[in-house]
Amino acid sequence: MIEILSAKESVKQITDGSTVMVGGFLATGTPETLVDALQEQGTGKLTLVANDTSFPEKGIGKLIVSNQFEKVIVSHIGTNKYTGEKMNNGELEVDLVPQGTLAEQVRAAGAGLGGILTPTGIGTVAEEGKQKLTVDEKEYILAEPIEGDVALIKAEKADKNGNLVYRLSARNFNPLMAKAAKVVIAEVGEIVEPGELDPDEVITPGVYVDYLVRREEG
Amino acid sequence: MDKKEKRNLIAKRIAQEIQPGEVVNLGIGMPTLVANFIEDGENILIQSENGVLGVGPAPEEGQEDPDLTNAGGQPVTIIPGGVGFDSAESFSIIRGGHLDSTVLGALEVDQEGNLANWMIPGKLVPGMGGAMDLVVGAKKVIIATEHVNKNGAPKILKKCTLPLTAEKEVDMIVTELCVIEITEEGAVLREVAEQSSIEEVQDKTEADLIIPDNVGVLK
Repeated sequence: MIEILSAKESVKQITDGSTVMVGGFLATGTPETLVDALQEQGTGKLTLVANDTSFPEKGIGKLIVSNQFEKVIVSHIGTNKYTGEKMNNGELEVDLVPQGTLAEQVRAAGAGLGGILTPTGIGTVAEEGKQKLTVDEKEYILAEPIEGDVALIKAEKADKNGNLVYRLSARNFNPLMAKAAKVVIAEVGEIVEPGELDPDEVITPGVYVDYLVRREEG
Repeated sequence: MDKKEKRNLIAKRIAQEIQPGEVVNLGIGMPTLVANFIEDGENILIQSENGVLGVGPAPEEGQEDPDLTNAGGQPVTIIPGGVGFDSAESFSIIRGGHLDSTVLGALEVDQEGNLANWMIPGKLVPGMGGAMDLVVGAKKVIIATEHVNKNGAPKILKKCTLPLTAEKEVDMIVTELCVIEITEEGAVLREVAEQSSIEEVQDKTEADLIIPDNVGVLK
């Protein structure tokens, strides 16, 4: 059963120490209403799984500034100087993962897989501490699944069954994270009645989604 | 040549490498300029790893769509027939061998085709983003870089010293001075810019260069 909640109510699912997945790519496709609610709630010691740490004033980058993360698992931190600063002075643990590997690790968790084998990172520091396997004489890194406690995702539209559709490059990590967390909260621009979405247009079936939150424009 | 002229020369030369009908991913910065020199009607599809195939030119002011950006976060447009998809799909295209070429910048690149472009330990750690996947996955890896760094030191080395992005994946290096192809035998000097000379290129390159009899003109 899908519940429609306020942003404030929904982020109560996140408690100190939670692993939070947040959709978006440099803030495009990031659920800003949910991010703002989480900032207001002030929950700390979180682990972030996201593509990047965005910009200090936009997207998930705002929560880097408000010191809510203990660790981030991301592919890029170069657009938010505070991430690098906090990493260098030991306040924040940063695990940098190649973007395609991160996407597959999240997908693997959602698909019930024990990991994936990728050639990306062979011969680089990305293979350090990782198990390697050889298949057909080619070397691969075993990348383990990454699961979240809560995923905050952004979609364009939902129906009341939680079926989701996305728009353009705002899709990015959102459909992957919608499958990979125990609790999935989707921020949407519009909620319609079941039957109003074309079944073939739905990208994320509602079975993955727990809560819907209406986006606040601002 | 000022910085802008150098960058345009490099981008224009790389655009000649992109064949009609190809699928290409252009990195952030100088590689993005390559799009300006791709002829209309060549049916070239630009892929952006944040999840777009068929990236079009930058929108006119006021026409930006917040849901349509490139991998650098800048507003773009989408061409008719372009598609949007998720990040796993995007890297299936990249890693799965469906990308003809990728154009990326470099901090260092060497004669064996090794590339370092994602971190300087202790100084600059932006992260690899999609670069490691792009370099491993694309059929052809083209490096767009100024020939020397801002201190005048060579960027094209015998062996990279910075942490690698990938091992032995680079196919071609284009600078404002020359075009170098990385082959089984080593780094071959293919073209030298009109205003430059083989001597100047060798002087500003640490890598051992193979100089064939017929070195072309970079233009």
